[in-house]
Amino acid sequence: MSTFTTPFKSMLTRHHAPHQPGTPILAVSGLTVRYNGLAALDDVTFDLHAGEQVAVVGPNGAGKSTLLKAVAGVLAPTAGTVTVYGQGPGGHICIAYVPQRTAVDWQFPVTVRDVVLMGRIGQLGLFRHPGKRDLAQVHECLELVGIADLANRQINELSGGQQQRMFIARALAQEAELMLMDEPLTGLDAPSQEGIFQLLRDLRARGVTIMLSTHDLDQAVQYFDRVMLLNRRLLGFGKPAEVFTPERLMVAYGGHLHLMPFDGGLVAVGDTCCGGDRR
Amino acid sequence: MINLLDRLIAPLQYPFMVRGLLAAVMVGVVCAVVGTYVVLRGMAFFGDALAHSILPGVAVGYLVGGGARGPLFWWALGTAVLASLGIGAISKKTKVREDTATGVIFAGAFALGIALISTVRSYTVDLTHFLFGDVLGVSWGDLTLIAIFGGVVLLIVAAFYKEFLVLSFDPIFAATMRLPARFFESLLLVLIAVTIVVSLQTVGVALMVAMLVTPAATAYLLTKRMLPMMALAAVIAAASGVVGLYLSYYTGVASGAAIVLTCTACFGVAWGIQTVRQRG
Repeated sequence: MSTFTTPFKSMLTRHHAPHQPGTPILAVSGLTVRYNGLAALDDVTFDLHAGEQVAVVGPNGAGKSTLLKAVAGVLAPTAGTVTVYGQGPGGHICIAYVPQRTAVDWQFPVTVRDVVLMGRIGQLGLFRHPGKRDLAQVHECLELVGIADLANRQINELSGGQQQRMFIARALAQEAELMLMDEPLTGLDAPSQEGIFQLLRDLRARGVTIMLSTHDLDQAVQYFDRVMLLNRRLLGFGKPAEVFTPERLMVAYGGHLHLMPFDGGLVAVGDTCCGGDRR
Repeated sequence: MINLLDRLIAPLQYPFMVRGLLAAVMVGVVCAVVGTYVVLRGMAFFGDALAHSILPGVAVGYLVGGGARGPLFWWALGTAVLASLGIGAISKKTKVREDTATGVIFAGAFALGIALISTVRSYTVDLTHFLFGDVLGVSWGDLTLIAIFGGVVLLIVAAFYKEFLVLSFDPIFAATMRLPARFFESLLLVLIAVTIVVSLQTVGVALMVAMLVTPAATAYLLTKRMLPMMALAAVIAAASGVVGLYLSYYTGVASGAAIVLTCTACFGVAWGIQTVRQRG
């Protein structure tokens, strides 16, 4: 599983907080986040193993983004703990948060290369400017995600799929071992989504652990090792077949979900996004 | 041809004109560089409010010093730094939105400044200088202060260029990189404050926001990376300073207004270029 190429491997051990072998890459315990007294997350506990790929699903407002941000260490939990390789997230820069595309100012005057180069600043530290080796590594990351030819483009010239690839390239440049992706598939057309899934397979080969939020239950079943069903509380976490039971889905989605028998299984049709009545 | 050259050289026989040109160029460069962040982070209103809020500090200095100009720089600097750091605290502790809080506090401060200055009999002339600048009244001492403080601002921007870039583009990413976001946010506010003080005598309180925003916005329309945007903004601002001052010399228009109008004209041209580009 852990097949990092040499430049990645040599840098992994140097700057990061020590990774204790045998501990799960991520351990979340009793995580609670409240905004103005309202619980966005309530007592969430789970572990992630290194190298696995997990889909987080749940209706709008279920706390998917909040969970990813708390794990990234961007949001301080109201209660509970998040540990990465046995340490608080503050000790690590090997966690990458890939933002929702709508959260980014695409008119900002930066090129694709500039954005991916940002991934290097954790390794550089203050008062040091990126050198040849950083640029070479940025190029390698861009090639890995297949957008090396777009390096000099301003970011608003990218398609949705390319935008997502750029942020994954930045996470690679950051040498992230745990990537948290906030709805990377939302708003992408089918070929672009397939491209991202191919990229996820490449990341699996590199041993990168993935936690990805999505609205698409079907894709969650099809492409991920484990799925997490979330609606403020953790309603289920495990193999898709064990988690996506009609009872649990009804608890998570309430009246917004309709279950229909199909090909001996169940097809869930329901609230996808935007809280509207899209069926 | 000779006539034009004469016209360019003639004003330079006046030392006040030379000092004014130097001030306009230096102020333009510093404002453009810091203004890049103001434009990209949507802080134009903050910059405007901060400039206005300096007035009471300047007024107190003016009253205490009996109208002496020398110490005003320091009074302005102290007020600006306090105000820039205070706004964060104020907006976090009130229920009203940040821009509303900014408007309430800083408009009040501005009124206080006017009230204080109006207690002096000869106030109209001095108030006009504070509001709209008096670039031709810049002394060598003022120029030295502009050079030192402007230089420090530019050095700090250069030193933390990549941190400010990341923080402006993607604050969540900056947080995952464990950048001390609070420190850099405050540092940026102080940089804006110092820039405003440095530019006070050139364009004045009321026109300040134009120097911060217009050249940077012009460059924003024409570039696709941040460093070229800063560089182009600096060139536009410096050139506008020179052109504006000559215009002021030959037409008798107020210098601050002439400089700002030149910047605005540049923005209009860039807007036109960009519109043509998009259609083409």
